[in-house]
Amino acid sequence: MSISEESRNRVNLNVDVRHLARVEGHGNIKVRVVDGQVVEARWDIVETPRFFEVMLKDKHYTAAGILTARICGICSIGHCLASVRATEDAFGVTIPEAAAKLRLLAKHGETLQSHVLHLFFLAAPDFLGLPSAIPLKDVNPEAFALAARLKGLANRVCDVVAGRTTHPVSIQVGGMAKMPDVQTLLELKAGLERGCRDLDAAIELFRTMEIPDFVRETEFVSLKGEREYAFIGGRLLSTDGVERPEASYRVMTNEYVTEENTSKWCKLSRESFAVGALARINNNYHRLHPKARAAAVPFDLAPINHNPFMNNVAQLVECVHVVYDSLRLVDELIGTGPAPIMAEVTPRAGQGVGAVEVPRGILYHDYEYDDQGRVVRANCVIPTTQNNANIHFDLKALAEQFATEGMTDEKLELLCSMLVRAYDPCISCSVH
Amino acid sequence: MDHLRIEKKLPRVAVFDFTGCEGCELQLANKEETLGAFLSAIDVVHFREVSSAEGDDYDVALVDGAISRPDEVERLKAIRQQAKVLVAMGSCACFGGVNRLKNAYDLQEANREVYGDCPKETMPTQAVKHFVAVDLEVPGCPVNKDEIERVVQHLVWDLPLCTFAYPVCLQCKQRFTVCRFDMGELCLGPITRAGCNAPCPAGGLGCWGCRGPAKNPNYQEFFALVKEKGFTERELHDRLGFFGGFEDLL
Ligand code: SF4
Ligand code: SF4
Ligand code: SF4
Repeated sequence: MSISEESRNRVNLNVDVRHLARVEGHGNIKVRVVDGQVVEARWDIVETPRFFEVMLKDKHYTAAGILTARICGICSIGHCLASVRATEDAFGVTIPEAAAKLRLLAKHGETLQSHVLHLFFLAAPDFLGLPSAIPLKDVNPEAFALAARLKGLANRVCDVVAGRTTHPVSIQVGGMAKMPDVQTLLELKAGLERGCRDLDAAIELFRTMEIPDFVRETEFVSLKGEREYAFIGGRLLSTDGVERPEASYRVMTNEYVTEENTSKWCKLSRESFAVGALARINNNYHRLHPKARAAAVPFDLAPINHNPFMNNVAQLVECVHVVYDSLRLVDELIGTGPAPIMAEVTPRAGQGVGAVEVPRGILYHDYEYDDQGRVVRANCVIPTTQNNANIHFDLKALAEQFATEGMTDEKLELLCSMLVRAYDPCISCSVH
Repeated sequence: MDHLRIEKKLPRVAVFDFTGCEGCELQLANKEETLGAFLSAIDVVHFREVSSAEGDDYDVALVDGAISRPDEVERLKAIRQQAKVLVAMGSCACFGGVNRLKNAYDLQEANREVYGDCPKETMPTQAVKHFVAVDLEVPGCPVNKDEIERVVQHLVWDLPLCTFAYPVCLQCKQRFTVCRFDMGELCLGPITRAGCNAPCPAGGLGCWGCRGPAKNPNYQEFFALVKEKGFTERELHDRLGFFGGFEDLL
């Protein structure tokens, strides 16, 4: 036995985190290393189930989006968008072009809001050695102000376009219920321009962030960006080469139930796969705004990147993309002037699917309607549900790599927590 | 720190989440222009969603989410024992919220449908007040940050805490919003408690009553109006039952 093997054999570690902090919802991490061997490495979801698919039954189509927004307080706009898209698919409705632009703008607002919240408030404290971002307001007031400004901008985009940041009101079946006036759009434009400068500062700030050196080969699933960096609808793509139409989402997800978890697990070509910002960039890097691609360079983020901790960087890069793309959309909306934003909607019996890239990855809603426009059957597949198995297997690989001499319970706990946080899991979502 | 020689209390605040979407908690991080001042007025000792610090010496517990599993009841009771002031934050905590909609279905069957052969523990969803005494109720789905700020001002500086007696319509009118009834849509604004500043009608959606009833609403007249405008019993029923605030009417 070599000296290194011998010393490894003396490594005993124990990580037991109940209700991990700085993630949305309730999950537990458990890792045990005995004599250098990883004997247990688990990620378990213990969130209370809410049964949204059951609650959706008999609901009128006008209520489905309002109800499903409540699956998640952070990505309520994404849920509402997937919901109305599924319904429009079932009823054969095509929404007006201006409405599609407004929806994408609202989506961008949500992406920015969620990523900023995650990067500054949930992930950054680990890199700074703080328990939360609250002390940041005294330790680094500029960074706190920067985060608050960017989050404020994101909320403003959502408020103006969707009527509210949490639980939108203007996104309705057939299109949008409201078009912001030109004055408001001009103000938004000024805010976005300032946002571009703020993001430069944010990139500087995060450049010092140390990304743990860890790689596990993974399959990544997202929408396929055919004409643009895709957020709403279209074909589905995996880095292992699987490609399917939106309606075949079940082939891409293969949900199954496990004993210990209230969230389901998913798989595709391997035992697990990943969705989220890193998956989107891995699949659609060349469709990113040039400014976003430039932002990725100093972090060495290029496809296909297999380090899950890089999801933090991927989110930062997406912030750049959505702010620049929002500027484009606002300009186009100002240029178009008054345009129809709501299509005629006639309910009919049928089934429809809506796929939307929410901050944490691809989300699917699938509804079947009766001829009165009431839901007969519903199915929602949540990004974190798709990520849970991957997090679980990542934890094992992470423990195997880092269970070496000098590792302590505290250090390993931090690494494991950071890994889970890098996925930005939305647990209550995954247990809808 | 003294302000005008008034000694400032720094209430130790803890935030706890139960069954819900955590959207109410998220509102605490909103209103960027006052966020710094807001966080300086309180001492956040426990807020799992944003902090890994875990204190249990709090005076004020902000509770969001409804109660839908036996272990949640236990956790809630322990919080009640510790907290001097327990605030139910949001429609889920105050009325059960949308999560109550599942109570209309057979839970065993619901479980089978979602989880197949691996059923998960669950029970009918209830409001927080069903299990413990609640000192302050802040309804809304989500809560309005302004209202949370007023609660904090009340706790820190003893400012009187006003609750809105009048309905959403008053705030809606103040925004010059075109009435949804005039657009041929249903709206619960006339009977719902104000305080949200009527964002839904302004965004093109009739009120769904997330804040529960106003003080002594004129139900009779409202139901007559709804009927006269041609809405069905079922439409009205769907809406009144949505957030749980009008439970007594159903
Ligand atoms: S009241 Fe609404 S926003 Fe608050 S937790 Fe419940 S569903 Fe979410
Ligand atoms: S839209 Fe609703 S809240 Fe506004 S005035 Fe009309 S009934 Fe009242
Ligand atoms: S308008 Fe009605 S549904 Fe909208 S926030 Fe106010 S009370 Fe809630």
